[in-house]
Amino acid sequence: MTHSEATPASKPARKSIIQLLELDLRLLGMVVAFAILCIAFDLATGGRFLTPRNIFNLTIQTVSVAIMATGMVFVIVTRHIDLSVGALLATCSAVMAMTQTQVLPDMLGLDLGHPLIPWVTIAIGLLAGTLIGAFNGWLIGYLTIPAFIVTLGGFLAWRNVSWYLTSGKTIGPLDPTFMKFGGISGTLGATGSWIVGGLALTGALYGLYAARRNKKKHGFTIKPLWAEGMMAVIISTAILGFVAILNAYEVPARKLKRMFEAQGETMPEGYTVSYGIPISVLLLIFVTVAMTILARRTRFGRYIFATGGNPDAAELSGINTRWLTVKIFALMGALCAISAVVASARLANHSNDIGTVDELRVIAAAVIGGTALAGGAGTIYGAILGALIMQSLQSGMAMVGVDAPLQNIVVGSVLVLAVLVDIIYRKRTGEA
Amino acid sequence: MKFLATATAIIVGAVMATTTYAADLVIGVSWSNFQEERWKTDEAAIKAALTEHGATYISADAQSSSAKQLSDVESLIAQGADALIILAQDAQAIGPAVQAAADEGIPVVGYDRLIEDSRAFYLTFDNVEVGRMQARAVLAAMPKGNYVMIKGSPTDPNADFLRGGQQEIIQAAIDAGDITIVAEAYTDGWLPANAQRNMEQILTAQDNKVDAVIASNDGTAGGAVAALTAQGMEGIPVSGQDGDYAALNRVAKGHQTVSVWKDARALGKAAGRIAVSLAKGTGMNAIGGAKFWTSPGGTKLNAVFLEPLPVTKENLSVVVDAKWITQETLCQGVTAGPTPCN
Repeated sequence: MTHSEATPASKPARKSIIQLLELDLRLLGMVVAFAILCIAFDLATGGRFLTPRNIFNLTIQTVSVAIMATGMVFVIVTRHIDLSVGALLATCSAVMAMTQTQVLPDMLGLDLGHPLIPWVTIAIGLLAGTLIGAFNGWLIGYLTIPAFIVTLGGFLAWRNVSWYLTSGKTIGPLDPTFMKFGGISGTLGATGSWIVGGLALTGALYGLYAARRNKKKHGFTIKPLWAEGMMAVIISTAILGFVAILNAYEVPARKLKRMFEAQGETMPEGYTVSYGIPISVLLLIFVTVAMTILARRTRFGRYIFATGGNPDAAELSGINTRWLTVKIFALMGALCAISAVVASARLANHSNDIGTVDELRVIAAAVIGGTALAGGAGTIYGAILGALIMQSLQSGMAMVGVDAPLQNIVVGSVLVLAVLVDIIYRKRTGEA
Repeated sequence: MKFLATATAIIVGAVMATTTYAADLVIGVSWSNFQEERWKTDEAAIKAALTEHGATYISADAQSSSAKQLSDVESLIAQGADALIILAQDAQAIGPAVQAAADEGIPVVGYDRLIEDSRAFYLTFDNVEVGRMQARAVLAAMPKGNYVMIKGSPTDPNADFLRGGQQEIIQAAIDAGDITIVAEAYTDGWLPANAQRNMEQILTAQDNKVDAVIASNDGTAGGAVAALTAQGMEGIPVSGQDGDYAALNRVAKGHQTVSVWKDARALGKAAGRIAVSLAKGTGMNAIGGAKFWTSPGGTKLNAVFLEPLPVTKENLSVVVDAKWITQETLCQGVTAGPTPCN
């Protein structure tokens, strides 16, 4: 991420349209690559890839990895790595599965289906994730064991803690409210989605306006009004288009019929219901916004990028880098717990293999999204886009019918290629 | 960025060339783990059966991940599958996938592994009978002594069916005091390496005082035999199943007593036939050979059970006659063995 984009105001040089719009060129490149990928898959599958249904599937399939990838950005930016996120996810998922199916009902006497169960469960899961993460951070920050080793150990240990907790059994079915976080079983419906879309739009437009006013107040150069207007149009189209697409995916008629029958009614002719925005996707959007604010607007965020840029200088200038490391890993742990909620709710069960190889997918998403392993640079939205690209590649190739080994070969090559392109781009633009 | 765009376009373009779509019936198959060799045989049989019935085959491989399998099934449905054949990675975690298929009115055939859902059809070999056959063969070879039970994966319901069948046969001998089960262990993921590790631990703990091993499949039997060989104990009775080439070779060598053979080609053929009938609207209970069956978990579903065949050194020629394995492969390194390796 480039925080210091302060172009000298006196420079009268002619600017291209991209510069005028102040778009992040790297982000733009990724969006274009992603769009090309989607269109190519759509052509290859005879129009099946870009259907509302598949877009809906893609978004819910991406959520779990994307949530963890936002935390991985902070970890990698500070020149660490976390190989244990998949195992941590499994442990959190196991803790939560045991809490809601056995501990709470048996020890506290809450009946299955009690309204408190999902919330207590999630709180305990978050606590477990945060504590484990903080413990990792303490080992790395204070005992100065390399992050690679600590989390490699964690990769083995935590996966098997989860196995031990559940005796390797599949635990389920989970609480019905808890399962609403999984995707298809919890969506906002058409009206709810439009309301959320409207709120998001208002927020985004106000953000644009506030930024412009703020710049003006401090005497910075501002974009021409038409450029602001164009940005507003682009953002509105993206938000409302996304909502419209998700709303276009309708609940299958057969399922509706069964829901009516369950209530002893018959379904009216031509009755349809839309899925709308899944709660898990809403959760991801919330995490993205929160993490972006954390990265850009808080002292914690500035410390992270300062430490990543030059750890020694950061420490000498008075940043407590050890405590910072603990906080970053604790945050990573909490995000693993949130992902665990989504992943296990989606499966409606905790399974022993949950989160296997997720650590690699998370790291790959962050790296494809432009996070530099050398530290100091990375964006939250880039990581989300990286996760989306990975998932689209995988599910698109599965749809086209590419052999399993070839799929992984392509995904691996794209990872390396993306980093190469990024390096070339940085060299050309003279960035770090 | 142009670079990345061009590269992606090339990759996708290359991928595009391999696709074809037909307007007839489409059967989607979701495999749990295609890395295992045996599923290639099943796939070939399913493909052949589908071609025969004029249906198109599409598939996806979950690579041992129950989460990916759910995405795979969603993708197969989105591609317009009229029926699904699912080899479930996890009997319970596949639930949301079956739900999604049921919502669309797409029939599901649970292939070889049980899906705990009454809306799925269950096709497999009679696994309890497989367990009985394994125990029978080992018991005949070693009527008295210390037994070790190497069980299958704890997440696979077949593991417990097998174990149940084995127990039925040896129960009388245990009651009579002829047999003692000195140890038993689940094998996570059915992995031979895990079976080997477990067997090594057991041999160490028992001071090698083990007389027979009832292993639940050929992979775990292979692991157990490797552990036995390290102690110079190969040749004691060991059971298995699947008719793996390596296992049949061990039977010829005398390192394994029995491999209960379930001809995957018969299973694949039946799956193709059943999936096509279901896709055409035939009721689950109207499928030839189907019976109503209650799982150990209490789920009632329609099922077809195929009959397995125990392969021992007495009837080893069967597998060669059925063209399952060539005589050279079967008898590799065997001199003066049982027919046909003499």
